[in-house]
Amino acid sequence: MTQKLVIIGNGMAPGRMLEHLFEQAPSQYDVTIFNAEPRVNYDRIMLSPVLSGEKTYEQIVIHGDGWYIENGIMLYKGHKIVSIDRAAKSVTSDHGVTESYDKLVIATGSVPFIIPVPGKDLPGVITYRDLDDVQAMLLAAQSREKAVVIGGGLLGLEAAAGLASRGMDVTVLHVMPTLMERQLDPAAGYLLQKAVEQRGIKVITKANTKQIVGTDKVEGIELDNGTIIPATLVVMAVGIRPNAAIAQEAGLAVNRGIVVDSGMQTSDGDILALGECAEVGGMVYGLVAPLYEMARIAAAHLAGDRSPAFVHSDTPTKLKVTGINLFSLGDFAEGDDREEIVLRDATAGVYKRLVLKDNRIIGTVLYGETADGAWFNDLKKKATDISEMRETLIFGQAYQGGSPLDPTAAVAALPDDAEICGCNGVCKGKITSAITGKGLTSLDEVRAHTKASASCGSCTGLVEQLMTLTLGDSYNPAAVQPMCGCSDLGHDDVRRLIKAKRLKTIPAVMQELEWKTSCGCAKCRPALNYYLVCDWPNEYADDYQSRFINERVHANIQKDGTYSVVPRMWGGVTNSGELRAIADVVDKFEIPMVKVTGGQRIDLLGIEKEDLPAVWADLGKAGFVSGQAYAKGLRTVKTCVGSDWCRFGTQDSTGLGIRIEKFMWGSWTPAKLKLAVSGCPRNCAEATCKDIGVICVDSGFEIHFAGAAGLDIKGTEILGLVKSEDEALHYIVALTQMYREQGRYLERIYKWGKRIGLDEIRRQIMGDTEKRHAYYERFVFSQKFAQVDPWSERVSGKDKHEFRPMATVGYPEAAE
Amino acid sequence: MTKIHINWVDIGDINDIPLRGARCVKTPQGKIAVFRTADNEVFAIEDHCPHRGGPLSQGIVHGTAVTCPLHNWVISLETGKALGADQGEVRTIRVRNDNGALSIALESLMMAAE
Repeated sequence: MTQKLVIIGNGMAPGRMLEHLFEQAPSQYDVTIFNAEPRVNYDRIMLSPVLSGEKTYEQIVIHGDGWYIENGIMLYKGHKIVSIDRAAKSVTSDHGVTESYDKLVIATGSVPFIIPVPGKDLPGVITYRDLDDVQAMLLAAQSREKAVVIGGGLLGLEAAAGLASRGMDVTVLHVMPTLMERQLDPAAGYLLQKAVEQRGIKVITKANTKQIVGTDKVEGIELDNGTIIPATLVVMAVGIRPNAAIAQEAGLAVNRGIVVDSGMQTSDGDILALGECAEVGGMVYGLVAPLYEMARIAAAHLAGDRSPAFVHSDTPTKLKVTGINLFSLGDFAEGDDREEIVLRDATAGVYKRLVLKDNRIIGTVLYGETADGAWFNDLKKKATDISEMRETLIFGQAYQGGSPLDPTAAVAALPDDAEICGCNGVCKGKITSAITGKGLTSLDEVRAHTKASASCGSCTGLVEQLMTLTLGDSYNPAAVQPMCGCSDLGHDDVRRLIKAKRLKTIPAVMQELEWKTSCGCAKCRPALNYYLVCDWPNEYADDYQSRFINERVHANIQKDGTYSVVPRMWGGVTNSGELRAIADVVDKFEIPMVKVTGGQRIDLLGIEKEDLPAVWADLGKAGFVSGQAYAKGLRTVKTCVGSDWCRFGTQDSTGLGIRIEKFMWGSWTPAKLKLAVSGCPRNCAEATCKDIGVICVDSGFEIHFAGAAGLDIKGTEILGLVKSEDEALHYIVALTQMYREQGRYLERIYKWGKRIGLDEIRRQIMGDTEKRHAYYERFVFSQKFAQVDPWSERVSGKDKHEFRPMATVGYPEAAE
Repeated sequence: MTKIHINWVDIGDINDIPLRGARCVKTPQGKIAVFRTADNEVFAIEDHCPHRGGPLSQGIVHGTAVTCPLHNWVISLETGKALGADQGEVRTIRVRNDNGALSIALESLMMAAE
């Protein structure tokens, strides 16, 4: 018989519990979840990379909406439970929904600790706990003003690093003499402080906050020594406490957290609690590994297996700030019965300390070089007697037993039960047997099957080494295709980091992202130039020398080194005056070939480079501007004659095409962009194989996109139907901007669409009014700087060196 | 008897060439492409890709190499040889940089004039 399981909270612990439960007892329960946050289950550990811009929210979702549907879970998003009626066995949410349960799981997590100082409730004071907090910080960071982070622990430092990389001027206040004093000894704390300060973050230790000052909003912080630090944003990251209020009101036993036994059961036999809100064996936990262990045990108990019991174990701590490596585990206080081994390498910024008791490791602090963390953890866990290797222990595993310094040797030497992924408690044997048993070949597959490196990701390197060991050369760890040989980063990473780190020149990108060549190559430079033009339209100075020749001289190079010139013909419409001007230019410059193009305009081929400015000058007099027939940008908007002439036409397709072209000309895009507007479904403008197309119908305008008629042939997909011309323009512009911001250089719109998902594009453009307007506005803004006719600029003398030889030498006249 | 006679011919100033760019010098034997790298080094090679004759002066300059605009061959400015898997070579021409005043050595020109 199916029982009713109700869960309060939708964080990582109950999410993991359900995964185990569905595996062990697939149809035992009907599950209902109440989530106070209005969203699905995401990886909270990865909030810091979202804050710093290294990841997006979509990348840290653990269970998408589909997972809840597949498993028949009723998820109430944005519902906070306000009461538990233990007698009636039901819960009620703040929106008035009441659900009864057979079993109830409380997973309300924790609440941030707010230090009780005056001003703590001012707008601009936020905590760091969930995605809403991250979004609030990102919004505040746009000001690029001053921020103060109170708390120099894990969360505080990650918040500070994230805000600094977003361009804020950050000060960290920490009440203790050294940073992260619970995880690090003073020496490592000092190295950490130096590394943090090198990122431009100010650190004040022994800082006691007296009050937060400000009238309507935060203006600064006053310390008890009278120092005032101005700030528009204050982040409180001083710690968390279990969120046990609802359990207490319901009369459950509560101490620091909700008291549970080693089977996760509360003082009520039908109620379990797990996660940060639970107290087991007198301890409460905040790191993910013990919480996942609770999830495993709770699932077993719900499935009817009462044997697993929670046992305390130390969990290593790692800081997720790119470029700072630290690892801390266990107890490292000094004591008479303890010995320590310390290694310092000041030049390399390395500090390692092992604390021993009775020849066994009880504590480890590694700073700068943390590769041996897993090995030390293993030795500690097994309480291995280390007296045999005492002399070389601190140098790490590679120095034991003369094994070679192969980077995979350390992992190869680990026993099968050595823990690789601390967050998910996955040992080496489980990973290697999954790789061979299930034929896994990619990191994503290993993550899907074993969960190893699927949470904080800091063991990704170890998992990859295991894959190399198990699969040999058939495993290629570079799953992300690098942009080119100059970098190991893929296009998407580069684009994200350009924005996150606010990089605004090509040298800045190459310096900050550690380019391997001094000035790039012909692949990466045009790509970077495009990304910078797109992301900083008003600030970036276009790098002429990083553009392909066609975009430098605004004409198309031909096989013999001559050029072709295509003037813009709006919507493919011309007149006698324009045609006469073209005929005159052809005669005057003896242009050998005149050709009608597929995009409804006229191509003049075989023009010498030196003649280009003169040709443009004559064309310009007749009103012609560049057709950008050479650009990774808007090319043509092809039209049919529409309702003005055609007996089948339903709308003014010619007029709409011209309007779109006049709005969008001059814009740069990842690859060329060709549009068309057809006046009826007979589709004479061939709009259904274009990058973006419009099919006019009686009821409005059907917008199409992601077609191709080149190397690949592909019909378009329908974006949606809109009623008016104004809307059609608006939606097309928004779609183009989304593509401009997300496309990889040289990636046509149909490939981009396939990569990120057509539904996602429809959702953002058709379904999300706010997003659509934001895309539209950003496009309009960038057009202010893009709509300059390059031909008339060059007729007036811009880049004139380009069109003249440097010198003419060796001819008889010159020799005389 | 052939007498090798080096004839230095002035072609202009280094600042006439954009950084990471190139300009052409016209000679009776064809165009010569003169390059200026990011490090302000100057090189001259025949403006004619060994692959299909593309104008190398129109390519993107990176490090001490240029990528041909027609089919993306990468040519070393120092040796004139194609880099990577491609095989081919263009003639290099000696350049003198006298405080920014550039001249090229036209030895074959003298032979042709004799």
